Amino acid sequence: MSEFRMPSLGADMEAGTVVEWRVHPGDTVKRGDIVALVETEKGLIEIEIFADGVIESLVVPEGEKVPVGTLLAVVRDEGKPPPAVKIEPVKAEPRAPAPTEAPPTAMVPPPPAALQRPRVSPLARKRAKELAVDLATVRGTGEGGAITEADVERAAGRTAAGAPAPAAVPPTTAAADRLAAMRKAIAAAMARSKREIPHYYIGTHIDMSQALAWLTEENLRRPVTERLLYSVLLLKAVALAVHEVPEMNGLWIDGAFRPGTGVHVGVAISLRQGGLVAPAIHDVDKMQLNDLMRAMLDLVKRARTGVLRGSEVSDATITVTNLGEQGAETVFGVIYPPQVALVGFGRVIEQPWAADGMIGARPVIAASLAADHRASDGHRGGRFLAAIDRLLQEPEKL
Amino acid sequence: MTAQVPTKTTYREAVRVAIREALQRDERVFLMGEDVGRYGGCFAVSKGLLAEFGPERIRDTPLSESAFVGAGIGAALGGVRPIVEIMTVNFSLLALDQIVNNAATILHMSGGQFNIPLVIRMTTGAGRQLAAQHSHSLEGWYAHIPGIKVLAPATIEDARGMLWPALEDPDPVLIFEHGSLYNVEGELAADAGTIDICKAAIRRPGTDVSLITYGGTLARTLQAAEALSSEGINAEVIDLRTLRPLDSETIVASVSKTHRAVIVDEGWRSGSISAEITARIVEQAFYDLDAPVARVCSAEVPMPYAKHLEDAALPQVPAIVASARRLVSGHE
Amino acid sequence: MNEEGGPSRAIDREHALRLLREMILIRRFEEKCAELYSAGKIRGFLHLYIGQEAVAVGAMQALQPDDAIVATYREHGHALARGVSAEAIMAEMYGKVEGCSRGRGGSMHLFDAATRFYGGNAIVGGGLPLAVGLALADKMQGRNRLTACFFGEGAVAEGEFHESMNLAALWQLPVLFCCENNLYAMGTALARSESETDLCLKASSFEMSAWPVDGMDVVACEAAARRAAESVRAGGGPHFLEFRTYRFRAHSMFDAELYRDKAEVEEWKKRDPIPAFGARAKEEGLLEDADLAAIEDAVAAEIAKSVEFAEAGTWEPVEDLTRFVYSERATSR
Repeated sequence: MSEFRMPSLGADMEAGTVVEWRVHPGDTVKRGDIVALVETEKGLIEIEIFADGVIESLVVPEGEKVPVGTLLAVVRDEGKPPPAVKIEPVKAEPRAPAPTEAPPTAMVPPPPAALQRPRVSPLARKRAKELAVDLATVRGTGEGGAITEADVERAAGRTAAGAPAPAAVPPTTAAADRLAAMRKAIAAAMARSKREIPHYYIGTHIDMSQALAWLTEENLRRPVTERLLYSVLLLKAVALAVHEVPEMNGLWIDGAFRPGTGVHVGVAISLRQGGLVAPAIHDVDKMQLNDLMRAMLDLVKRARTGVLRGSEVSDATITVTNLGEQGAETVFGVIYPPQVALVGFGRVIEQPWAADGMIGARPVIAASLAADHRASDGHRGGRFLAAIDRLLQEPEKL
Repeated sequence: MTAQVPTKTTYREAVRVAIREALQRDERVFLMGEDVGRYGGCFAVSKGLLAEFGPERIRDTPLSESAFVGAGIGAALGGVRPIVEIMTVNFSLLALDQIVNNAATILHMSGGQFNIPLVIRMTTGAGRQLAAQHSHSLEGWYAHIPGIKVLAPATIEDARGMLWPALEDPDPVLIFEHGSLYNVEGELAADAGTIDICKAAIRRPGTDVSLITYGGTLARTLQAAEALSSEGINAEVIDLRTLRPLDSETIVASVSKTHRAVIVDEGWRSGSISAEITARIVEQAFYDLDAPVARVCSAEVPMPYAKHLEDAALPQVPAIVASARRLVSGHE
Repeated sequence: MNEEGGPSRAIDREHALRLLREMILIRRFEEKCAELYSAGKIRGFLHLYIGQEAVAVGAMQALQPDDAIVATYREHGHALARGVSAEAIMAEMYGKVEGCSRGRGGSMHLFDAATRFYGGNAIVGGGLPLAVGLALADKMQGRNRLTACFFGEGAVAEGEFHESMNLAALWQLPVLFCCENNLYAMGTALARSESETDLCLKASSFEMSAWPVDGMDVVACEAAARRAAESVRAGGGPHFLEFRTYRFRAHSMFDAELYRDKAEVEEWKKRDPIPAFGARAKEEGLLEDADLAAIEDAVAAEIAKSVEFAEAGTWEPVEDLTRFVYSERATSR
C-alpha cells in the first residue's frame, strides 16, 4: 500500500483543492498518470502520481481544500517490486519547541507606570557609582540638562572638599523602582486578604496517571509547536468544576457574593526580576485545549514583558496557582481579593497508591483549595475538589 | 631600496601611477572601461597609458556597463586581472545586477569553487553642480553587500597604495575615488608602498571627540578639527578608508577614549553607512559614551544644481564644528 | 532561414548509444526531480528540461573538456551532459553539503570547477556578460578554447543580451551563444515580447554568424554545434545558434500553464527527441530494443543511486554559515 499526498508544487504553495478526481477506486495507474486536477492560487494544475498500482480509496473529496502533504488517496501495489529507495514525504518542518513555562504562585496588581527617568549619560552613571555620588544631587550641564561625567566629577570634588559625604544611596534604576512598587502593592493586597477574608483550606491528592498518559499520547500526535502542557488540563478542569460548584467563581463585594458572568481564570505568573501577576484568561470553560494552551503561553510572554490588557488584569473570577515547577508539594494559598477562591497545585510526585485492592506507583498531585468562608463552606469546597479530581480522570473530555 | 625623496604630485597622478605599476608588475592586469584609452579617462586618470600599454591592456568599451562589468567578472574567473573602470558610481547602477548577483555571490553559490579577483574603480560624490543623476555617494549602499570589499581612498598615499592590495585580493574589491580629490596636491615618495586596506587611519589624534569620516569629506573634517582646536576642543579624526569591512576596532577604541562621536558622511542620512557606524558604537562602546552619537550627512534631497542649494545639501565644516561642539559642551 | 537538419557525418553505434543514453539520463533525472519536489525533498524553485534534451546533449558533443559553459536556472540537463555526476547534482538539489555547490546553490546554481561549468544563473540574461568575460580572458591569454553560453529566448529581451552580443562581436571573442528558443519566457510567448521574432536576424545584426537549428533532433543539434564551434575556434568570432525546441512541462513546478494550449503541447510531444532518435537509430540498424531496455535499466540504477546518495548526505553545519562569503586564502596569487 502506498500513500498519495497533496504535492508541494512551489515554494509558496500551502494548500490545494482537489477540483476533480480523474481516477476512481479500482482504476489501475502507472507512474506519470494524471490523477487529479487541483486548484491553487495560480490556477488549475494537473497532478501526477509517481507510483504504479491500483487506486484503493480516495480519501479527500472533490471541493475540499487541504494543506500540502495531506493524504489524498491510498494506492494498492499490484505485484510490482517496491521502489529501490522509498521516498518518505517530508512532514511540516519542526520549528524550535515553544519554551515550557509553568505558571506558578501568588498574584499582584500590574506594575505601576515607569518612573520619570533622569537624563544621565551611561558614562556619568558609571562614574557616579565609582565615586559614590548621589545623582540626585548633581546638576547636569549637558544637552537638555543631562548629567555628564564632568558634572559627576565636579560633584565628587565638591563633596571631597569638605562637605559631609551624602549617605551612600544604592543606585536606582527604573526596574528597581518598579519592583519596589510592586512589592508594596502585593503587601497591601495580601494583608487585606488575611485581614478581611475568613479563609478555610481543603486539600486532596489527585491520581494524574490517566491525565498524563492521555497527554503523552495526545502530544505524540501533535506537531511540536502544538503540544500541550499538563497545566492546561488543570486550568480546564478547574474551569469546568466551577459549573458544579459555582460559589467558587465570583467576587465578594459589599457584603454579598456576586457570581462571575463567565469563568475567567486568573493564572499566577512569576516575573523574572521578582514580583507576581495573575492575569485572567477569559471563558476558560468554553475553550478548546489548543486555544487554552496558546492563550496561556501568550499570557506568560506578555506578562513577563509587561504588556497586559486592562481586562486581563481586573477580570479574574477565580485564580489557579501551580507551584509544581518550584518543587512545592502542597500550596496553602492566599485568596486575592475580591475573589473568593484560590486553587493551588503542587508538583507531580510518584507515590504509592492503592486502587482496586492493589498497590502501585502513580503520579500524584496535591490539590488545595483556599476559599472564602463567607461565600462557601467546607462541604461545597470538598465537592469542588472532588469535581476537579473526577474531571482529571477523563482527560479526553476536557 | 632606500626611501626616495618625496615629490610633488596629485591624487590623480597617484592613481595613474598605481595603475601603471600594476600593469608593469603583472601582465595579467588590464584596465577596461569607457573612454579609458583614446580619451585618456573621463577624469584624465589613464592619460598616456594607451600609448604605453596598447589597446589590449587599456581597453575602451562601449557604453554597456552591465556587459563590461560582467565581462570583467568572467575575465577574472578566466584567469586575468581586470581593473574595470565604471565612469562614475551613478552609472554603476546599470551594472548592479552583475555586481550584486554575480560578483558578490559566485564564490558562495558555487560552494567556494570559484573566486572572483576583480577590481572595480568608480568616481563618486557631489560638489561640482552636476545635479541629481551625477552626484551620488553610494559607497555606503555597496557596503551593505556581503561578498565584496569597499574602499574609499581619501589621501594621495591611499590612492597610490590601495590598488595593488586590491588586485591581490582574491575577491571583488570596489574602489571609490571622490571626484573632488583628483586635483588635490601633495607629496609622495616615488616608491611609496602599499597600505593595509583593512584598517582605518587616525589622521589627527585627539581626546575630546571622534570625528569619523571617509573619502571626499576627510578634508572638511580635518578643517573642522582645526577650527575646534581654536575653541579648546581637541578632536580626533578617523579616516575609515574601508567601508566593508568596517574597522570597528579602531572606531571603538577611539570613542572609548573620547566618549563622543560625530560621523561625517556624504551619503543621505537615512540608512547610510553612518547609521551602521552609529549602531556599532552603541553596541560596543555604549558605556563609554558621554553623549549621543551625532551625524552630519547630506540632506534628504536629490542633489540640486544651484550652487547655494548644493552647498546647503552637503556636509560642510560649520555643521561638523557645531555638531562636535554640541556634544562636548551641551550647546551649539 | 531554413533549419539545419540531417546528419553532416555518419553516426556509429557507439555514438548513437551515447546520445540516447545521455538524453534518457536527463529525462529520467528530471522526472525523478519532479517526484522529489512534490514530496518536499527538493525545495525552492525547480525548472525542468524535459523535451529539450536534444539541445544540451547535441551541443555538448562539440565542446572540449577545457571549454567553459555558462547556463541558466534550467541547467540540470547541461550539467549532466557535461559530466557533472548525478549524485553531486541530486545532493545539491537536496541542499546537502555533498552537492556540487555544497548545498549553497540549489537547483538554480549548479557549479563545477572540474568541468568548467560556471552555473546555474537565476537572472535571465545574467550569464551572458560572464561568458563574454571568460572568452575575453582566453583571447587575452592566447588560449584556444571557447565558451558556450546557453540561455532561453526570453533573454533576448534583456539589455544584457544586446550588450553582450555586441561586445563579443566587437572584440571577436570565442563565444558560442546557444539560444534555446522554447517559445515561452515563463508565461510570455515570444511574439508578445519581441517586435522582431526572428532571433537569427537579430543576432546577425551584430555582424555575428547565426543560424537556426531543429532543437528536437539531437543529430541536427550536434551537427550545428560542431560546425559553429569549429568556426569559432578557427578565429571566426562569436557565433549564435537558435535551437528551436519546446519544454513539455510547465516553466517551473508551480505553474498552471494558463498561457498555452494543451493541444500545442501534445503536438510538440509528437516530436519528442528521445523516441524520435531511438526510432531513427533503429531504422538505420544502429541499435535494437534490447539496447533501449538496457539503457533504461542503467539509467534507473544511476538515478536511484543518486537519490540514495542525496538521502544519505549530510547538512552543512550551521556554524559554517558565514564561510564562502570571502575567499579563505589570503591572496589571489
